[in-house]
Formats: sequence, C-alpha cells, structure tokens
Amino acid sequence: MTLREIIKHLDAEVLLDNNQLDRDIKYAFAADLMSDVLSIDASEIILITGLANPQVIRTAEMSDISSILFVRGKRVTPEMTRLAEESGIALLRCRHSMFKSCGELYVAGLRPVF
Amino acid sequence: MEFSYDIAGGDFSRAGAASSEVKKILKQLNVELAVIKRVVVALYEAEVNVVAHAADGVMQVTLDSASIEVVIRDRGPGIPDIALAMQEGYSTASPRVREMGFGAGMGLPNIKRNCDSLDIESTVGVGTTVRMVTFFNR
Repeated sequence: MTLREIIKHLDAEVLLDNNQLDRDIKYAFAADLMSDVLSIDASEIILITGLANPQVIRTAEMSDISSILFVRGKRVTPEMTRLAEESGIALLRCRHSMFKSCGELYVAGLRPVF
Repeated sequence: MEFSYDIAGGDFSRAGAASSEVKKILKQLNVELAVIKRVVVALYEAEVNVVAHAADGVMQVTLDSASIEVVIRDRGPGIPDIALAMQEGYSTASPRVREMGFGAGMGLPNIKRNCDSLDIESTVGVGTTVRMVTFFNR
C-alpha cells in the first residue's frame, strides 16, 4: 500500500511529503511508547502514534522508519517538521482515534510487524 | 577516528542530536544499514538516559574499520543497583520523561540487545559511564 492510499483510507492530511507518497508500505506499528518502537527489528514501516514531540521523529530516524501517521489530530510543531525534513521522513495526520486508524488500515491490507 | 559530542541534561529538544551525527558518519562510511540501526538505537537510548537523568554528559566515539566503541560519561545521580536497572520494566524516570515516550524500563535492555559488549560503571551522586562496542561484521 502506498502512503497515498493510506491518506485516502483515513482522509489524512499530508504535513510533510518528503517525496515518500508513492513509497510502498507493507507493515505498520502503533505505539506511544518510543522504547517499544526502538525495540522492534522491522524498518520500512509506517509508525502510527498519538504522541507528538521531537522524540517521535528522532525515534523514527534511528529506526529507519520513513513515515509517521499522527492520530487524533495531534499538533505537530515546526521543530518536528524540521527534524523530519532532515531525515527524509513523511508526516501524515488524521482525525481518527488510534484504534480506528489501525482498524481501517488493517482491513485495507496493511500487516502487523508481528 | 574519534569524535566527541556534548549532551545537555534535561534538554529534550536536543536529545538524539549526538546519535543523529553518529548515524550520518556511519552512513558516509558505508556501514551496513542493519548494523547502523543497532548502533544508533543503542546510542539514542543511552543519550535519552543522560538527558532524562543527568546534569550533563559526553559521548565519545572511536571508530576503526572493524568496530565502533562509544563511551557515554555523565555527571548525575548514578545508578545504585545496576542489575536492578537492567531489568526490563524497572524505571526511575520522571513523569516528564514518560510524556516524551520513554521511562518504561526498556532503555538499558534495548541498549544491551543492540551492542556486542556493554559495560556500565556508576557511582551514586557522581555519575555513570556506559561503554558500548559493536562490531561491523558479525
């Protein structure tokens, strides 16, 4: 599934595309605990989170995660966008809850990491 | 090659900056991506620990063709019981640290899993020194 399709499924907005919108994404991982994200082996995934601070971007950077979806319309600061831009990470945002976002994407075919 | 980075305690806006610099260097050196990820995940967790707990710290990186050694030395409260701190789920992190997405007692276990050797020395009231070595071909 491409990020474009994810955007369509969730009526999400693109905060930063970083030329990632046509990238193929097979897996997703949802967490608000960044240590959980840092403990998984998979890269090339989309991170779904309700946490919005610079450490989310840093965590994705260290984990080779190239796209982040913020749920529940979380506010993304210019500092976060700047960090994501430097690291080539795309930022999306939707209004839905974490549960609904994950459910919609699961049904649409996105797979869990484990 | 040797590099050194200062880490400011309590400054969460900068946490990860040193690890990010090391990642750039390893990429330039064409180190395998999976190895880079292991190294920087361990470094980042250790850097967050300094920001979360210490007054300040220094990250010293020594690189050769076969391995990377990183020593992170901080001035801080120290760890009274290192074996306890290594247990998954044990944490003394503040609510502020937890709000940043850390403090679940996973940092040290994550560090251990992602390096080939880990030594921690700590003196209560003085500080902690963490030494990590990761080999590039293993």
